[in-house]
Amino acid sequence: MLHEVAHCRAGDKGDTSILSLFPFDDRHFADLEREVTAERVREHLAGQVRGEVVRYVLPKLCALQFRCRQALDGGVTTSLALDTHGKGLSSRLLAMEIELSG
Amino acid sequence: MDCVRIGGGAGFAGDRFEPAEALARDGELDDLVLECLAERTIALGQQRRLADPTAGYDPRLVARFERLLPLCAARGVRVITNMGAANPLAAGRVTADLAGRLGLGLTVAVVTGDDVLDRIDPSAPALETGRPLAAHGELVSANAYLGAEQIMPALETGAHVVLTGRVADPSLFTAPLAQRLGWDLRDASAMAAGTVAGHLLECAGQLTGGYFADPGRKDVPGLAELGFPYADVTADGDVEVSKLPGTGGLVSRATVREQLLYEVTDPTAYLTPDVTLDLREVTVAETGPDRVAVRGAVGRARPEKFKVSVGYRAGWRAEAGISYAGPGARARAELAGEVVLRRLAGTRVRADVLGAEGSPECRLRIAASAADRAAAEVVCHEVEALYTNGPAGGGGVRTAVTEVIGIVSTLIDRDRVEPAVTVIGGHACG
Repeated sequence: MLHEVAHCRAGDKGDTSILSLFPFDDRHFADLEREVTAERVREHLAGQVRGEVVRYVLPKLCALQFRCRQALDGGVTTSLALDTHGKGLSSRLLAMEIELSG
Repeated sequence: MDCVRIGGGAGFAGDRFEPAEALARDGELDDLVLECLAERTIALGQQRRLADPTAGYDPRLVARFERLLPLCAARGVRVITNMGAANPLAAGRVTADLAGRLGLGLTVAVVTGDDVLDRIDPSAPALETGRPLAAHGELVSANAYLGAEQIMPALETGAHVVLTGRVADPSLFTAPLAQRLGWDLRDASAMAAGTVAGHLLECAGQLTGGYFADPGRKDVPGLAELGFPYADVTADGDVEVSKLPGTGGLVSRATVREQLLYEVTDPTAYLTPDVTLDLREVTVAETGPDRVAVRGAVGRARPEKFKVSVGYRAGWRAEAGISYAGPGARARAELAGEVVLRRLAGTRVRADVLGAEGSPECRLRIAASAADRAAAEVVCHEVEALYTNGPAGGGGVRTAVTEVIGIVSTLIDRDRVEPAVTVIGGHACG
């Protein structure tokens, strides 16, 4: 599970959720880059993320960033969700199963 | 000045007071910034101001300043904050009065001009939806995100406290850094470094281990006594962030990286009124205990226009809950949800059952959007009626009806905005 090798933070802007993902150990960055694609993130968070997912790869920071559109039921002010900011999306992403090489 | 020490003393309007007091007392700060204005907070402030012309600023301003200003005055720490919210001038008067009562000879400078409700075009499309602004609902507020350039004249008055309404959060930091370090506001490299420092500090405890702890994976010492961060920023744009020894929390490569990308929709071009920030070359390195250096931010020319946050009346929200316990609790909560959804067919409504399968206690939570208060109350009455008409053993109904202010964005030309500075009370220091 991603939770064992990586940590994540969720931020929000309007109806967009921004998820940043970092390996605990830099040596796992290549695994994350290979396994945690934009398509897989969208699939994993289906039901909550309804729009496009764009991935940014930031090797100097050893980070992946996912910009998820239409993720917050219209945004923090008009959402009917319990977690109106979508803070829990970071933890939901960490429940993804991935394969580690070596 | 070669190096400025600037603290992050609040990350939102509801933040704790003690960590900022510790920074003001023991931090050897030059400036303390209190960021207290979230995306929708100013629209709620506008509502309070419409009801009472003397209101609309941060409701906890007096309580926060009562504890902080004596410490800041004694240590010569300047305070910069957006607690002015929807009514910065009223906030300035209240602050000056408070300083007088506390026997502090403080000068307060107020930045205005962010309120552009009478200057925006209601037929312009919202950036988020493409639909005209006015089509979303009656517009109640429009506030432009001002930048360092608009804050700078207030700093140059020599004021001890600078109060603003809507400004870009990092600009609360870039303005005092530029003023003390002699930066040219058009120097994109300097503004990039200052914006990185400001972006890291603006959420206060989120940099020092708050919003981070995950027991067993990400342990944070002393979370209940979390310390707030400060940055040492040099004229050359070196940024090192840290926190006070003896306070809880931690400043590490992990906490700094999480905050660096927080709420950044595009790490290749993060837009503020001061700079277009590119984070791709940034490096984060631990240089000592709870001390991290952040280098390599690249700046490009600032955006031509200001972003404007527009608040509109988006109807009413009803929220209601009821609890079920013991064997079959979840099934009864789910049945209750089905009953309510059936009776409210045609309404924008959702039902959530809280509590895991097999849990001894479950709660049904109903939330709905309604055009007016009366329709929202109908939703609450449907949940209340479950007491005698629903599944067995339902109890503890709580209901809440609130008006919803929605937020969308638009852009405005810089020359359509007229910032101004008002100095209140005391004598300016040189």
